[in-house]
Amino acid sequence: MSKSEVVVIDYGVGNLLSVKRGLEHCGATVCLTADPQKILDAKRVVLPGVGAFSNAMQTLESLNLVTVIQELAQRQTPLLGICLGMQLLLDYSEEFGKTAGLGLIPGQVIPVPVRSLSDMVEKIPHIGWSELYPSSSNSEWHNTLLHDNFPGEAAYFVHSFMAVPTELCDRIADCLYGGHKISATISRGHITGCQFHPEKSGEVGLKILKRFCVD
Amino acid sequence: MRNIRLIARLDIKGPNLIKGIHLEGLRIIGLPNEHALRYYQQGIDELIYMDCVASLYGRNHLGDIVKAATKDIFVPITVGGGIRSIDDATDILRAGADKVAVNTAAVGNPQLITDIARRFGNQCMVLSIEAKQLSADSWEVYTDNGRERTGLDVLEWVKRGVELGAGEILLTSVDREGTRKGFDDALVKIVTAEVNVPVIASGGMGKPEDLLSVVIKGGADAVAMADILHYQRVGIREIRSIAQNACLGVRKYEQI
Repeated sequence: MSKSEVVVIDYGVGNLLSVKRGLEHCGATVCLTADPQKILDAKRVVLPGVGAFSNAMQTLESLNLVTVIQELAQRQTPLLGICLGMQLLLDYSEEFGKTAGLGLIPGQVIPVPVRSLSDMVEKIPHIGWSELYPSSSNSEWHNTLLHDNFPGEAAYFVHSFMAVPTELCDRIADCLYGGHKISATISRGHITGCQFHPEKSGEVGLKILKRFCVD
Repeated sequence: MRNIRLIARLDIKGPNLIKGIHLEGLRIIGLPNEHALRYYQQGIDELIYMDCVASLYGRNHLGDIVKAATKDIFVPITVGGGIRSIDDATDILRAGADKVAVNTAAVGNPQLITDIARRFGNQCMVLSIEAKQLSADSWEVYTDNGRERTGLDVLEWVKRGVELGAGEILLTSVDREGTRKGFDDALVKIVTAEVNVPVIASGGMGKPEDLLSVVIKGGADAVAMADILHYQRVGIREIRSIAQNACLGVRKYEQI
């Protein structure tokens, strides 16, 4: 069997090496690039990201990658957004004023609540390992990238903003922070977003990357 | 409840993992990545690599070690020691680090905190503070791996650091470091009471119960462990289960 090929969109900052190493560990051949044609021709694409939403969108815009990524959705190319890369999939973010996103999954990006349900002040950013649970009794992990994962497995999060999809059915897994449900994995068609870092979540995350590489 | 993080701290000199007392009298323990891989396989939540002679020589040499580590270690890695500029931070992040810890250079040039936070996000900018106790309720900031006094008050500096953009605090008690006498709970407490970013307690863990104390009394969000792990005095699994038994939230981890 030939190795699966994954293109990781390289649009500036972020720890791309770890994403690459994680995918390679799962048997993939990885290409880091910002070349629109290579991205369009890819069998699978990862959109990583750390930092600020508006900066990331500006950079994608300046590299002419916004329409390219939207085109991937049309072509039904499997696309995995990680952390900020997940948030970019939505319609818009409230980080530093309202900024339009890629609009591939309906919804918005808002700050992680500072106050817990019991009105305690929570630390921001949310840094650390949090357990993943199905978002609703209807959210099936079967045939998603979480196919091999189990409710209660923990993944590594580091973020101050969170994605809120409009449709509950786009929400696969949540974690709890300060008692609030935060979307951890969202999915629509061939597009998946993980708020946590699968490449930094030990075996739990590698199972997700492996599933992405063979799906 | 929020899970506390169990972090292995690897102090490094040249190619070697080392350990000192009060950050001095360094003793060679072995190859850093052999230990790091063992900690990963035992379920460590994060790793900190600290180049402890970098400030002295003016640069961080951990790029290659970190690059090698990321081949088979898939948990977050923080790298510190001798990070003086955006370029240094970029290099170390490109080598596979997720966060940079800055101490000496931030004291000399606080703007560096803001620059790193703006460029890579606050979550990437760990303010490393080496603290020595002056009186019952005051601590002084040291730099250059605990060698140089700054005259700065820890509490003032930590507040300023967070305002400037630090997303996390690595708080090392120079007094306790390497002594196995337990963390400086009082130091951790004054800092966690003051800032709303996560605080990693470092220095002094002699037994698993010290962890309970610094989390419960000090409010630590994470603990950095060194010689308790390096000398294999206690395993990570045992530490995790002691924390669980004390009803502290920790990551559920099954041995792979």
